[in-house]
Amino acid sequence: MSDVKTDAPADAAPEPPKKTTLSITVDGRAHEAQPGQLVIDACEDAGTYVPRFCYHHRMNPVGMCRQCLVEVEGPRGPMMVVSCMTPVAEGQVVRTETPGVKRAQEGVLEMLLANHPLDCPVCDKGGECPLQDQAFSHGPGESRYVEEKRHYEKPIPISDLVLLDRERCILCDRCTRFADEVAGDKLIHFISRGNATQVNTFPDEPFASYFSGNTVQICPVGALTATPYRFKARPWDLTQVESTCTTCAVGCRIVVQGSRDQLLRYQGVDSDPVNWGWLCDRGRFNFEAVNSDQRLGTPLVREQGELRPTGWSEALARAAQLIREAVDAGGPGSVAVLGGARGTNEDAFAWARLAHDVIGTPHVSAQLGDGMPVGLLALNRATIDEAASASTIVLLGPDLKEELPVLYLRLRDAAEKRRSRILEFTPKPGGMTRYAWKSIGYEPGTQVGAVHAALANDEIAQQLGAGNVVIVAGRANLAETSAAQVAALGELLAAVPGAKVLPALRRGNVVGAVQLGMRPGKDGMDSRAALAAAADGTVECLILVGSDPLSDVPDADLARRAMAGARRIIAVDALPSPSTALADVVLAAAAFAEKSGTTTNLEGRVTTVGQKVTARHTARPDWMIAAQLAAALGTDLGLESEADVLAAMAELNDSYAEISAAALAAAPDGVLAHVPTTLDPINPPTVAVPDRNSYDFRLVVSRKLYDAAVGTAHSPSLAHLAGGATIHIHPADLDRVGAADGDSVKVTSKRASGVFQATSDTTVLRGTAWVPFNQPGGTVGELIDATAPVTDIRIENL
Amino acid sequence: MSDATVPPTPPDYTQPGRVPTGPKLITTRFDQPDGYTYDGYVRTGGYTALRKALTEMTPEQVHQEVKTSEMQGRGGAGFPAGTKWGFLPPDVFPRYLVINGDESEPGTYKDRKLMELDPHQLIEGVVIAAYAVRAAQAFLYVRGEMALAQERLAQALNDAYAHNLIGRNILGTDFSVDVVLTWGAGAYIVGEETALIESLEGERGMPRLKPPYFPASKGLYLQPTIVNNVETLSNVPWIVNQSGQAFHDLGAPTSTGMRIFAVSGHVNHPGVFEVPNGITTFRMLFDAPEYCGGVRDGRSVKAFIPGGASAMWFFDEHLDLPLDKPTIDKAGSMLGSGAIVVMDDTTDMVAACWNVVNFFSRESCGKCTPCREGTTWLQRILKRILAGDGRPEDIDLLMDVSESISPGIAWPPRQTTICPLGPSAVSPIASAVRRFRHEFEHYIQHGRAVDGVVTPPIHGVHGGARIHV
Amino acid sequence: MARLTDANVVVAKEIIARFPRPKSALIPLLHLAQEQDGFLANDAMAHVAELVGVTAAEVYGTATFYEMFKFERVGRYCLNVCTGISCHLMGAWELLEHAEELLGVKAGSTTEDLLFTIEGVECIAACTEAPAVSVNHRYRYRVTPEDMDRLIDDLRHDRLGGEFPAHGVLARVRQRTPDNWAGTGAAAQQAVDAR
Ligand SMILES: Cc1cc2nc3c(=O)[nH]c(=O)nc-3n(C[C@H](O)[C@H](O)[C@H](O)COP(=O)(O)O)c2cc1C
Ligand code: SF4
Ligand code: FES
Repeated sequence: MSDVKTDAPADAAPEPPKKTTLSITVDGRAHEAQPGQLVIDACEDAGTYVPRFCYHHRMNPVGMCRQCLVEVEGPRGPMMVVSCMTPVAEGQVVRTETPGVKRAQEGVLEMLLANHPLDCPVCDKGGECPLQDQAFSHGPGESRYVEEKRHYEKPIPISDLVLLDRERCILCDRCTRFADEVAGDKLIHFISRGNATQVNTFPDEPFASYFSGNTVQICPVGALTATPYRFKARPWDLTQVESTCTTCAVGCRIVVQGSRDQLLRYQGVDSDPVNWGWLCDRGRFNFEAVNSDQRLGTPLVREQGELRPTGWSEALARAAQLIREAVDAGGPGSVAVLGGARGTNEDAFAWARLAHDVIGTPHVSAQLGDGMPVGLLALNRATIDEAASASTIVLLGPDLKEELPVLYLRLRDAAEKRRSRILEFTPKPGGMTRYAWKSIGYEPGTQVGAVHAALANDEIAQQLGAGNVVIVAGRANLAETSAAQVAALGELLAAVPGAKVLPALRRGNVVGAVQLGMRPGKDGMDSRAALAAAADGTVECLILVGSDPLSDVPDADLARRAMAGARRIIAVDALPSPSTALADVVLAAAAFAEKSGTTTNLEGRVTTVGQKVTARHTARPDWMIAAQLAAALGTDLGLESEADVLAAMAELNDSYAEISAAALAAAPDGVLAHVPTTLDPINPPTVAVPDRNSYDFRLVVSRKLYDAAVGTAHSPSLAHLAGGATIHIHPADLDRVGAADGDSVKVTSKRASGVFQATSDTTVLRGTAWVPFNQPGGTVGELIDATAPVTDIRIENL
Repeated sequence: MSDATVPPTPPDYTQPGRVPTGPKLITTRFDQPDGYTYDGYVRTGGYTALRKALTEMTPEQVHQEVKTSEMQGRGGAGFPAGTKWGFLPPDVFPRYLVINGDESEPGTYKDRKLMELDPHQLIEGVVIAAYAVRAAQAFLYVRGEMALAQERLAQALNDAYAHNLIGRNILGTDFSVDVVLTWGAGAYIVGEETALIESLEGERGMPRLKPPYFPASKGLYLQPTIVNNVETLSNVPWIVNQSGQAFHDLGAPTSTGMRIFAVSGHVNHPGVFEVPNGITTFRMLFDAPEYCGGVRDGRSVKAFIPGGASAMWFFDEHLDLPLDKPTIDKAGSMLGSGAIVVMDDTTDMVAACWNVVNFFSRESCGKCTPCREGTTWLQRILKRILAGDGRPEDIDLLMDVSESISPGIAWPPRQTTICPLGPSAVSPIASAVRRFRHEFEHYIQHGRAVDGVVTPPIHGVHGGARIHV
Repeated sequence: MARLTDANVVVAKEIIARFPRPKSALIPLLHLAQEQDGFLANDAMAHVAELVGVTAAEVYGTATFYEMFKFERVGRYCLNVCTGISCHLMGAWELLEHAEELLGVKAGSTTEDLLFTIEGVECIAACTEAPAVSVNHRYRYRVTPEDMDRLIDDLRHDRLGGEFPAHGVLARVRQRTPDNWAGTGAAAQQAVDAR
């Protein structure tokens, strides 16, 4: 919790200078420690690393391994204590190198190694293993243990992604504490007792956690290994670069590791303001998509109905020609550019310049009908830390566990440990509901009323008035327009004027893209309007910058008609998608880790993205494609290198004025970009939502962490984790329509009808039905009309 | 007492009437057939102390009587109960009272008797103690295996509720408290008070580190909690009835009151005796006809465990020590839970040592590395020696592994672990190896015990079945 | 095997209600499940997890810590021969060996007719009555080999009536929650938990 600013009143009398640190001595050296700090951390600050296995500074200490024993001078002489559970105290004298301490540490290590298989040569952890390292630095020489070692069945899968070798486990409780304290998924546990203690799951109930990969990273030995990395490399062969995950907008800091120009692993970096070292499994393992042999390595052009590989000059010339034809036919406004949220800031900036300044079209959008009005980003923005330390966190957006998983971890932690209260408004109870102080369910379209009613409640009003409030705002339901959501946000902001807003937009760099210009210009159309215009032929040319309307736009029919109606489609992408298949020109883009640059997370934090491997064949970064396409259209954007783009960004965009390579190098946790003042703040609309016919159900459609999105679908370890697209209905409602769990039901909206399998689900509110979006084989998009305020459906048993 | 510790010639206690006996405070109903029933209890003076405490005394006054009595806890550590109650932070509520009925230390046999034979006395003590410490609720945690104790306590609780002795507005006063009967499921470590609290929270019984979790300040649900042993609280009705001073006047000034000892092993009449604390000596207990009536077959004492399996062993030079906490502490062991185990001169010390070490290795919770790995390692070395596969370096190795668990192998033990269970496994080794090193060496050289001792057919060593490791 | 029966769910709910927090009822509830089935079936553990509001893995973690819980079927009679130090000194191992011979199975296993499981156990707190054995946690003291012969024979022929209920049954008297239950502890704790 670094720089949380407290707003001390300016006229307060200055506090008399008080000593805020505690003076301790570590191995004879004086040191000022922070009150409340543990001796193990104070020693580290003082330059003495105390060996440890169980202690992890992001989790509660348990004092289990006993490796961190030190001597502390107490009232009754020197006492051996575990430094990971002993708080510092004024005048404390700590000794970490006495013969007694050394003897004890050697003893612990000898015991840990007694039953350890010492199969380092075939262990993934070998070379980066704390046990191995400490055995060298602090261990006794030879083992005196001649008894038979503990034997267990060699690695057993505890989830789809993680294997456990119990022989290697040293029972440090890190993985199990992580599952409990950090993830809240208590699906792995110590079982049995004493020497037979082991980590395991309940029989036949896997460690199905979105965060399971973290346990592999924090395991101090090779007991937990990740299937996507197993036996792929030895640590000493790996090289790495720091970067930022752009799978979603949280922007977790990572190191990208690889060897011989191949990506092998991402590891979380402990960024204090952001991810605390944690990653979700989707972000951690979707590097597989970069390695996919489906990758687009060369540009493609359509010839006689078929896409064929070609060289860049031909492809760029074709693309420029398509744009020119469109402009010639209908003016610059007949070109629309969709996307840009999956790339770097540099990519977005260059494309925004190409679109607005070179082509001259105002129809630019980084969102695909599934986001929020860009004015959301003009509001008084909160940081993640501010949200996690607010007295009240209001959730008015998507299920964070599914869409912004590490933000979910941070806010869950705030609710569990830091005692923030969560006030949730949701059309479908989700991951955060059980941690919410109050969870208010509403039927889609009625959120304004729900907020109204909540504000009228004394207890809630008092809570909202009692301290700082952060509203996490985003799109909770893809089967309604954003209007009611925006109106509800407006209500809240009117009632709590000091509230800050953390935008819960999902795509990796959506905030950067919007702030850097990938948004409608004057009189520009948003994506829904642009797609509609493409469908009726007013927009002649669609340029898709890393976007796939056929998968991402909630209204499937609209997307299909737009793709059919647009006469010219240019797609820039790293992987083939249903939309690239319909393009006339496909420009092969460099993927994540194949280019460097910067990205902006949802709080506006700009961090670096690093290049680890060379781009596939001739694929190139989006910004370069934009610059080259501009050149092909006759304009020199003056962007020759990524550094040029960064400099131009700082020069031309006020929000990014302070962003420079030097500033970023000096601040590994990133630099906050200013909230843009050039954006129009949101304008709470008045919404007219028709009443629901009592025979109907109101449809809720939202995303799951694993879906058919391109990065997941091309990561073999993750692809099969996407569940099915069944329709979830409360059991009582299921009864009402005369169906049972697992039955096929016919679902009819104004738009279309289709057959779905029904799932009985007590978390779904009565009168509503929930279907996850974009699941393999799912067709829920067919039911959605992008212009309708809500989607009501009829459900019939077949 | 110091004069009495080493008399020039040990007196002969084999004649009746040569030993001090005292009044019975809490074992009076052990021989009364209906002593465990409500009627039988009330008929013999039961629940008068509760009435007195609730109607005539303030909580502070009750607490004061217990302080005056200087009664030491009977669970093992011997900490004065009145002082412990005083550690509760003022003004933090709710607070809880937890009764430790998990009796599992080898040799210890008294709490089960108290619960089976006089459950109402315990309940009366519990309610009075809850009143004194202003506990909102009391939890009676009985060892899982003790089915009869659970049955008797359940019946007694139901009867006590029916007679308005527990529950809302007890005996018409303002005081209300519930006593919940709960029980474990087989884990010695749960006797350790913080592990017991974990168990009571539905967790694995793994001890908590103290500080910060001294139960009196942060116990059950991290609320202030008093944990007391069954025998400790069973004494409370007597103290309330007869006064703390009356209790203090019994026994010795440094170990007040009467105290229950269970003497088992190689004596003619093993048994459970309530004796004046601090006055009685081991020799009296072993030899007097009122107590054990001598070592079996007229043999001599080779060693004895003075206070439960965790204690350092004593030998014949300790026979005349009085059962007084400071004296025993000074002599290098403890009275602990009042469990005395006598081993005569036919005892195979290596096998006995293995038995106790095996117990601790089986019962290690597995939390701390030195205890989890170390006790098992020790057990396996000993098993190997017993099986005739010992190596000359094994004796030093035993001491060295012990040193890793309990630096200095001293008494009171120091420890690299959270709780004293690990170091407890060091006591038998330190005792037996130091005193009977030649028996270990003999096993190592010849693959069998020294002549004249009897080695039991220990499973897994002598061809028997599975042994727990 | 099964989830808890409806009747046992009623008992379980009464037990849960006595504690300030539901998870505190976990061990008593597991005993209830073991009383029902003779061992802890996975379904029963999952059901207990639902009842106290924790994951099945947490229940499993707790259950496996304690020795009394069995995770597969055991004999109707669990014959426990104490091998604690006092019994060790007084002939426990000889007695255990004798019992193994009588039943034809080794300690730690169950006879084929599912009548007996035999185990050498740690001290059962009957040290002055060594060697002691217990059958389904009901004690027999100072047991000689002949006593053991008779005990096993009597159990085999069901001659001991109700003294030894089936494995899993502990106390046959349950604490009740009477009308004058004070409820103050739980109420105060709930107020604290709700901050
Ligand atoms: C490993 C271990 C086992 C223990 N077992 C018991 C026990 O079975 N019964 C008991 O009353 N105390 C036991 N104790 C002592 C308790 O921790 C605690 O000190 C005692 O219950 C306090 O009660 P008292 O003050 O009335 O003696 C044990 C302690 C340790 C370290
Ligand atoms: S698997 Fe690894 S992290 Fe988990 S307890 Fe074992 S050593 Fe620790
Ligand atoms: S790091 Fe302190 S005990 Fe493990």
